[in-house]
Amino acid sequence: MSNPQNLRYTRDHEWLTEAADGVATVGITAHAASALGDVVYAQLPEVGAAVTAGSPCGELESTKAISDIYAPVSGEVTEVNQAVVDDPELVNSAPFEGGWLFRVRVDTDAEPGELLSAEEYTAFTEQ
Amino acid sequence: MSDTPRVTALDAVHRALGATMTDFAGWSMPLRYGSERAEHQAVRNAVGLFDLSHMGEIAVTGPGAAALLDHALVGRLSAVRLGRARYTMICEAGGGILDDLIVYRLADEEFLVVANAANAERVLLALRERGTAFEAEVRDDRDAYALIAVQGPAAAGVLGRLTDPAGLAGLRYYASLRAEVAGRSVLVARTGYTGEDGFELFCAPDDAEPLWAALTEAGAGDGLVPCGLACRDTLRLEAGMPLYGHELTERTTPFDAGLGRVVKFDKEGDFVGRAALERAAERAVSDPPRVLVGLVCEERRVPRAGYPVLAADGSTVGEVTSGAPSPTLGRPIAMAYVDAAHAAPGTGGVAVDIRGTAVPHEVVALPFYRRQD
Repeated sequence: MSNPQNLRYTRDHEWLTEAADGVATVGITAHAASALGDVVYAQLPEVGAAVTAGSPCGELESTKAISDIYAPVSGEVTEVNQAVVDDPELVNSAPFEGGWLFRVRVDTDAEPGELLSAEEYTAFTEQ
Repeated sequence: MSDTPRVTALDAVHRALGATMTDFAGWSMPLRYGSERAEHQAVRNAVGLFDLSHMGEIAVTGPGAAALLDHALVGRLSAVRLGRARYTMICEAGGGILDDLIVYRLADEEFLVVANAANAERVLLALRERGTAFEAEVRDDRDAYALIAVQGPAAAGVLGRLTDPAGLAGLRYYASLRAEVAGRSVLVARTGYTGEDGFELFCAPDDAEPLWAALTEAGAGDGLVPCGLACRDTLRLEAGMPLYGHELTERTTPFDAGLGRVVKFDKEGDFVGRAALERAAERAVSDPPRVLVGLVCEERRVPRAGYPVLAADGSTVGEVTSGAPSPTLGRPIAMAYVDAAHAAPGTGGVAVDIRGTAVPHEVVALPFYRRQD
């Protein structure tokens, strides 16, 4: 699955939409979902929680492994994807769409994390 | 052992299928081809195809072969009839398990010992060391075989299209026969590690690709899929089968693992580990150490190997050895060694410490899954 052009990416394999009205959507990439295997449990941050760019804010558990979710930007969580909590397999089947994880009101004053373009991220995963 | 993992005769096939590969016991092996849950369900409901060429084959031959194995292993291999197989173990003098094995009797004076990949070298060395006084040869046959498993309720039907179906129908569980499969000479064994009916095909490495292709084609209408090691682990866990390095270790005796039945004290002559195992057998009755139990959980978080098992008062009463989300049960399952006082099925108040949270679990009898037929 190719990495959508309209998203930005982290080296921790999260993706982030452009903020609309200051709120951006976060998920993990198809590459990360494939490496994890079937996701069976998603622990997402609480609505209202403050997250910090580059720091863990939740976890995804698959058959074989537990993996931290890293916040790609700093801000306040405004919404979590209840569909993924109920059916974690969405992360595998639609990582860039229905498998999104949470939305965050981006703190524009905070130190921004390093974000990659689709080309840069693709090159990173092919290293 | 070099750092570069060994590849099996089917490596190119796995890569063409887009497998996610993993390094396992010095081998590059397929972890999964797509979804490990789908692969698991295929084996439970239809049929799956596995490359198990990492397993370690050791031939023991000669007039003293049976006596050598009776001395070196805890089982009575001299009693195994021609064409049959036996699950057994090799123990240290102190009783600790060096490996669990399947031993096939291929002829009166010829046995095939199949060891776990990670232990094959030390099993080979132990057999040679223990076998010096016997008129028998211990031969490293790891490079002589590739191993393909066909597992699942449709396995007999699929394999029956490629070989004499009468021979297959007469092949009992834990038995083997030499047969032509898709025109290749194969040792066909009715054994497996999935809890389903199935077969393991020991073949020449050069025959592995054509056999894999023939099985794939023969099983297409039955929903045959290639299966990786990830689902092999969840399949064996549901079936309550121990895995070396998890339930079985050098620090465990067969009696600790609830598998004392594999130790045959009533065989002729001494065998390595006898004295220590006799003491372990007594202790298992009079003062049992921890007991291997099943745990099931209503939540989604998965108990993993090494996580502590807690009693109601928060004290540690055991440790998880294997855990996974069970595709068949739809919830996490685990095997754990638990103090005897908390080991009875139905024992309440037991929890697993999952990364700092005490998550309630129910103690259940093993296995978690038993096939109906």
